[in-house]
Amino acid sequence: MKRRLEISELIFKIISYTLLTVFALCCLYPFIYTISAAISGKHAVEYNELVLLPKDIQFDAFSRMFNNNMFWNAYTNTLFLTFYGTLWSLGVSIFGAYALSKKRLMFRKGFNFFLVFTMWFSAGLVPQYLNYLDTKRVFNSFGIMDDKWLVVIAMGMAAMNIILLRNSFEGVPSEIEEAAIVDGATEMQVLWRVYIPMSKSIIATVALFFGISRWNGYFWARQMISNSNEHPLQVFIRLRLEEYTDPEAMAGWNEAFASDSVIYALIVCSIVPILIIYPFIQKYFAKGVNVGGVKE
Amino acid sequence: MQLNVTDYLIFDEESGTYVENPEQVVRDDVEKHHWLNVFRAVLKDWRLYLMLVPMLLVFLLWRYLPMYELLGCFKVSDDVKSVAEQSYSGFSYFRQLLVGTGSLTTEFWRAFRNTFLLSFYGLCFGFPMPIIIALFFNEIRSNIARSVYQVVTYLPKFMSTVVMTSLVMMLVKQGSLTSEMGVLSQFLVNLGLITEETARAGLMNNPTFFRAIYQISGIWESAGYDSIVFFAAIIAISPTSYEAAQIDGAGKLAQMKYVVLPSILSTIVIMLITRIGSLLNVGYEKVLLLYNPNTYVTADVVSTFANRYGITGTMKGIASAAEMMNNVIGMLLVIGANTIARKASDVSLY
Repeated sequence: MKRRLEISELIFKIISYTLLTVFALCCLYPFIYTISAAISGKHAVEYNELVLLPKDIQFDAFSRMFNNNMFWNAYTNTLFLTFYGTLWSLGVSIFGAYALSKKRLMFRKGFNFFLVFTMWFSAGLVPQYLNYLDTKRVFNSFGIMDDKWLVVIAMGMAAMNIILLRNSFEGVPSEIEEAAIVDGATEMQVLWRVYIPMSKSIIATVALFFGISRWNGYFWARQMISNSNEHPLQVFIRLRLEEYTDPEAMAGWNEAFASDSVIYALIVCSIVPILIIYPFIQKYFAKGVNVGGVKE
Repeated sequence: MQLNVTDYLIFDEESGTYVENPEQVVRDDVEKHHWLNVFRAVLKDWRLYLMLVPMLLVFLLWRYLPMYELLGCFKVSDDVKSVAEQSYSGFSYFRQLLVGTGSLTTEFWRAFRNTFLLSFYGLCFGFPMPIIIALFFNEIRSNIARSVYQVVTYLPKFMSTVVMTSLVMMLVKQGSLTSEMGVLSQFLVNLGLITEETARAGLMNNPTFFRAIYQISGIWESAGYDSIVFFAAIIAISPTSYEAAQIDGAGKLAQMKYVVLPSILSTIVIMLITRIGSLLNVGYEKVLLLYNPNTYVTADVVSTFANRYGITGTMKGIASAAEMMNNVIGMLLVIGANTIARKASDVSLY
């Protein structure tokens, strides 16, 4: 039996569709505008002539970026930080979460509190800064002059992610583990062959959280990485923005394209990789929110 | 310690009898000869404890050592000496911030107020948005159309703070001799919402607009993504509930009121409590990237205040003291919120 659509329902549907469409367009528009502004001609960008689609197409802003060694440097640095940072954070978290998920672990409550307390109370920027400076000194004294390793190792750990992993490990039925132990598996093998395969999707989610936060990391990278050749992409973008939006510094700009186009081109370059992998990672993101929201 | 028989015997379903609980026996054993047995148990399971070591070290070195370093707020700041070597100054920095007469005191209170207000407005305007969007998503019956809407509205969440703020700053930038104002400013002028002069001067340089820009960009960035958790709660509602309501003659609004809202209320309450818990935890990175000396009046928060005086400047003690107060109150809020959440719904957040 097909139900008649009631008036109130119809009105509500129309309102929903309209407002959602408006919101979706608001979400989408800046991206399209960014791309258009990056490839539009000088006059069109400077005098707001383009509304949506590009005008007087040029690719000089992009080629200016691509010919800049610093840009590629920054890109490589970001890839480096994202890869090793995610690997390090994820590795440490998985081991820690596995141990914490074991009921037989002694002082389990204490260790958990040790972790959770960092979510309640943080020392703040200044003490953290002093701490990183000390760490940097120690690293240098060990001969690690590359500040990238400081960023990889000292930063980006998150108690919340460890707790997500721990909860997922706790959900693995103990019978399977016992079976593996009967078969002579060591602790390492149990983790590697039983727990990790059984919590694949949550590990992917946590890896994604780490990866995104590494890719997006800005503040500490800017504070702690002194050599500008080692700056990651986010720092590079911000420095260019500060440079290109300074009217005095840009007074002598006489290229064939607008200086703003360079910034827009940079923004495009930094979000394209995320857009490419976005369809594949989207479902893990949704999952992360659902498990991260509430736990017993 | 009160002993309970059920701690010692557990029901084994396979054999249908009660068997000894090995965990309790171990626990008991440990209780009897404490440290020796602890040592023995650790030794027996050394692999497990070894796995814990890297995590504990990372947290100890880079989360707990800074807390020790925070003691600098009670000591006379000194660039050369470490915290341990500095001499005590007692609460002088706190006094200077709270009841002093200089500009530092006014600036601190301003920062504290701004921190609270930015979060509070976020709570008022940013919090309901994801719920509304989730309700709208629920109205879309076609899966494909809904996926498209979802993909598009989650999108801004994936931008970094730097990119997002860069974009915002470009869209509302000031006009100059060589170029026009940002396209969003232009649009607002055309709508008649702001005057041409204010738009020309740049909205980012105008303290009046900072809070609005902060909140709107925040909603734009995360309202779609934050709706996931509410949407999940809505689709978990059984269709029979709606049917029952319809048979009782409930229209759309009545269904909202009596079916949907009660079902997602617990999610809303939990999220709200979390939000209140982090009321003093404003994302410093975003403020830092968006503000400038022209907008300190409305934009400066405690973290950026601390950054300006302690990291860019050299007044480490003062900056630490400011953050100490902010974070202690923040912690009390979190713990309070968590306790309430546990009481209200037997779900605790951590």
